[in-house]
This record gives sequence, C-alpha cells and structure tokens, in this order.
Amino acid sequence: MITDRRKALMGMVLIGVALALLPFLVGKGLGNSWVRVLDFALLYVMLALGLNIVVGFAGLLDLGYIAFYAVGAYLYALLASPHFGLHWPVWAVLPLGALVAGLFGVLLGAPTLRLRGDYLAIVTLGFGEIVRIFINNLNAPVNITNGPQGISQIDPVRIAGVPLSKTLEVFGIGFPSVYLYYYLFLALTLLIVFVSIRLEDSRIGRAWVAIREDEIAAKACGIDTRNVKLLAFAMGATFGGVAGGLFAGFQEFVSPESFGLMESIMVLCMVVLGGMGHIPGVILGGLLLAILPEALRHGAVPMQQAAFGRVLLDPESLRMLLFGLALIAVMLYRPAGLWPEARRKREFLAEKAK
Amino acid sequence: MDTFIQQIINGLVLGSIYALVALGYTMVYGILGLINFAHGEVVMIGALTALTVIKLLANSDLPGTLVVLIGLLAAVPVCMALGFAIERIAYRPLRLAPRLAPLITAIGVSIVLQQLAMIFWGRNYHAFPPILPTSGRDIGGAHITDVQIVIVLLAVAIMAGLMLLVNRTRLGRAMRATAENPQIAGLMGVNINVIISATFLIGSALAAVAGTMVSANYAIAHYHMGFILGLKAFTAAVLGGIGNLPGAMLGGVLLGLIESLGAGYIGDLTGGFLGSHYQDVFAFFVLILVLVFRPSGLMGEKVAERA
Repeated sequence: MITDRRKALMGMVLIGVALALLPFLVGKGLGNSWVRVLDFALLYVMLALGLNIVVGFAGLLDLGYIAFYAVGAYLYALLASPHFGLHWPVWAVLPLGALVAGLFGVLLGAPTLRLRGDYLAIVTLGFGEIVRIFINNLNAPVNITNGPQGISQIDPVRIAGVPLSKTLEVFGIGFPSVYLYYYLFLALTLLIVFVSIRLEDSRIGRAWVAIREDEIAAKACGIDTRNVKLLAFAMGATFGGVAGGLFAGFQEFVSPESFGLMESIMVLCMVVLGGMGHIPGVILGGLLLAILPEALRHGAVPMQQAAFGRVLLDPESLRMLLFGLALIAVMLYRPAGLWPEARRKREFLAEKAK
Repeated sequence: MDTFIQQIINGLVLGSIYALVALGYTMVYGILGLINFAHGEVVMIGALTALTVIKLLANSDLPGTLVVLIGLLAAVPVCMALGFAIERIAYRPLRLAPRLAPLITAIGVSIVLQQLAMIFWGRNYHAFPPILPTSGRDIGGAHITDVQIVIVLLAVAIMAGLMLLVNRTRLGRAMRATAENPQIAGLMGVNINVIISATFLIGSALAAVAGTMVSANYAIAHYHMGFILGLKAFTAAVLGGIGNLPGAMLGGVLLGLIESLGAGYIGDLTGGFLGSHYQDVFAFFVLILVLVFRPSGLMGEKVAERA
C-alpha cells in the first residue's frame, strides 16, 4: 500500500520535473519557435477540455465553441490595451472573461437546449458565426472592436508586476517570454484538468453522462435536465473564456480571423479524435492536432519539393484535408476515438453488435 | 416603393434558389433523420463544374443560353455521383451508430470537399463569362432580368416535378414509406438502400441546378460558397418544417424575402447603426427564433422526441 502510494508520488514528481524541463529541452533541441508551438498546444488543450465538458460529458454537439474563446480574447483586448486606454490587471480580466463567456454560454443555451442534438449543432454554429460577424463589423458607427483590423498592442500578462513578454533572469538562468507563458499555461491547464476530473466524478458529472446516454431516462430519474445542460454549456464556455484571455495576452493582438468556424471544428476534432469524454484522450487529441500541423509545415513543404520539384499542396490546405479525412476515418473505424474511455468503448462495441 | 418592389424581386430569386437547396436537406432528413451537412458543398461543386464547362465553351459560336444549359447538364451527373458516393462512404456504415457519429462524418466530408475544390479550382473567385442576355423588363419601377425570370420559373417547374414524383410515382411512394418507417417499409418489399441512394441522387441533382443558378445570378463562384449557402438553405428547410417538401419551398422563398428586405431596410430601422453587411446574420436569427418558438416549422407536424 505504502509502496503503491510512494510509486504514484514518484511518478507524479517525475512527470512534474519532465514538464518543468520540457521548454528547455525543446528550446535547446529544436529552437524557441517550438516552445511557442507548445504554448499554443496548451491553449488548445484548455479549449478541448472545455469543449469536452459540453460534447464529451453532456453529449451536446457545439459547433460554435470558438465564440466563447473570442469573447474571452476580446474582453481582455478591450480592457487591457490602448484601444480604450484601459489597462486592467490580468487577475481582474481573466475571471471577468470567464464570467462573461459563461454568461454568453447561458444566453445561447437557455433558448436552444430544448432542441434535439443535431438542431443544437446548427444553432450553435449560427451563434458562432453571429459573434464573428458582429466582431468583424462593430467598428462603425461606434468603434468597439476595430473591425477586421483587430486590436493590437494588447498588454502582456503581468504577474506580480513582471511582464511575461520579456526574458526574465532568475539566479543567472534566463527564461525567455515563451518559457514564462509555457509555465503559466501549464499551471492553468493543470488546474483545468483537475477541475475536469473532479467534475467528472461529481454528481453533476454523472448527471451529464446520464443525459448523454438517454435524456428521457435521465429526466425520469429526477435530473433537472435543463439546468444541468445549461451548467455544462456555461462551464465549457468559462474554460473557453479563460483560454481566450490568455491567447490575447500571449499574442498581444486579436482579430476576427482567429475565431472562424474552422477553429471551432479544429477544437471539435481534438475532442472527437482523442476520445469524447475521456480526459487523457482529449489532452492527447489537443496536443496531437496542435503540434502535427506545425510538423506538417516543416515537413510537407521540403518533402513535396523533393518529390515533385514544387509545392503542390500548401500546408494549410493539407492540414484541413487531413483533418476532414481523419474525422471521417475515426468515426468509421474507431468511433470512440484514439484513446477512448473504457465505458464508452464498451458502448460502441455493444452498438456494433446490435 | 420602387426599392421595396426591387427587394421583393431579389428576394424571390434568392428564395427560389434557397428552396432548391433546402429540398435536398429536407428529403434526406425526412428519410434518414440526418442533417446532410455536406449538401452545401455539393452545391458548390455543382456551381464550379458548370462554370468550368461554361468557360471552356464561352468563346465558341454556340449561343450563350445553350452553353449554360450544357454546363448545367455537365454539373448534374457530377453532383449526383458525388451525392451517391457521400452516402455510401460516410453515412451508410453509420446508420445504426449514435446520432453524433454521422453528423461528425458529415462535417469531415464537407471539409474534404472544400479543400479538394480549393486544390482543384484555386482560391480565386471565378467570374461567370458574360454570355447570357442582359435584357430584362421593368415592373412598377423595379427591374428584373430575363435570367432571373428563368431562374424562378425553372425552380417552380422543378419543384412541381418533384412533387409529382414523390406523390404520384412508385418511387415516390416507396420514398414516403421509407420516411414513415424504414424497417416496416423494408418488410413490405421496399429496397431501402436503393431508395436512400435515389434520395441522395435527386437531392444532388437539385443542388447542381441551384449551384448553376447561383453562379449565373451573382456572376461568381468560389470554393467556399457552399458553406453559407448550405446553412441558409438548411434554415429555410427548418423554417418550413424539416422533412416537409412544400415546407422547404415556402421556407426558401420566405427566407429569401426576409433577407433581401432585411438587408435593404436594416439601416433605416436601426438609424444607421447596423448596415447591410449584416445580411448574413438574418438567416441565423430566423433559425434561432424558429427553433425556439416553433421547432416543428411552419408546415411541419409536431414530432415526438426520439430517444
């Protein structure tokens, strides 16, 4: 017993050390641009975990999830940039972003959650587009979002007065900006993982799964399906809002382009490919889909040049093409995802046997 | 008043195109209970195929109308083959799977089609060659071109033909039976797979026609035109009551009118705060309003929730 616990503790410490050293290893081995890729991967993991609550746990297909990311990002941009001359601190903006995104989640969820699954997908898709169209156009007659140009010169994240946008020297070790953001994102990702795990085992989490499996039966068992579904929406939106705020602070620039339907679909891909409702699977999906396109960008262009003498497919469309094919292939051959939850796997097998 | 009539005319033209696309959604939904997400992309492929053929023949001596007709006839089989393939590859294996599964493959199919179209036709907008007659006539101070008149008439004729097919023929009866209950229809000797394939073939043929019409009407086609068009047509289908054929036609025309009137007058209504670039938002608002207040649509029957 004690040795088991000690083993688990040892494992955790080892993983902790590995995660802490990762930016140095990656930075030295591949260059700091890859640490930046890691930062983005962590942001995507946060988003995927947020969407996992809605799609994976509660079984509500949300195709407009990126709208909440946009809300968080734009809130940060408006409250901490020269655009309105406001410079709120990050610890005020992030919770507010989470709250406002959560409110948007309720706002969208309240009228639409009575709908059946596939209708819900279309309405959320429409909602995502509405948010993007408004962000794109709210620069006249009153300039709120600065339209398609986006908002630049956003304040970087500052912790205890130290901006994360500059290299920090601690005991003679230099921490470049991308490393600092890595640690911040890692901390928040771990927090979100922790919250997700606790939610999964909670009364609410089990209610979500019950609704996903059979809404009518869940209702008959005394679950207030409407409120529980609303909660899933709000919770997922909150995670999206936090990730959005971090994105704005990290990039120091936001524009409507970052929040298109394809981004929503990319996050959905992460959840579906990884394994809907299974937290380790979703994390795997997020990391894979965030890092693979970068690898494609570095690998596909020289490879095509070597093979055909010119670039036939640009990496961006190759990436989307592979995403589309992967969505189809996974649904056909591994419907529960690459790393599915044990229970989910059984369900899909039972479904096949029928 | 003139602008009002002009907006009505624009709305009717737009609406009849939406109606044709909406029929594709509604027929598939009626039979499979599935939103064929990739339908908008089939319309896009139809438009680009027709346009490619038309461009090839544009400099020949053939009269413009005939060239467009040839383009249309080329697009129809391409789209039909595509629709058939989509159903076989992405939907048929998942007929017994949970509802989310075919919806996700549908998204995958539409991404793949869009990217393939982009690789094949490039990122540029393709202009429709000016070979169609630009003549038109004036009604009450508003202008309608002959092309637009043909679009509306052709749409009406196709819809009438479809109604005849569904209500009067053996195939139509089998389709209605399958929509009612696939298992029982199968027991009665209907070959369900054939019927479902036929539904996709018909829907895709309509999509090809609609695609050609869109590119002729706006004189432009590009690889990402399908998504928004598909979404609006889906809205039209829901507005009319999804699964209901006359409903899809009504919904299409209504949505076209709402959009063109809305875009024409939103500036005046909001004191200039919102402009006509919000045109695309109307469809989504209509969709959300319908789903909230009358999810069964204008002409749909109330359906019990399927567990």
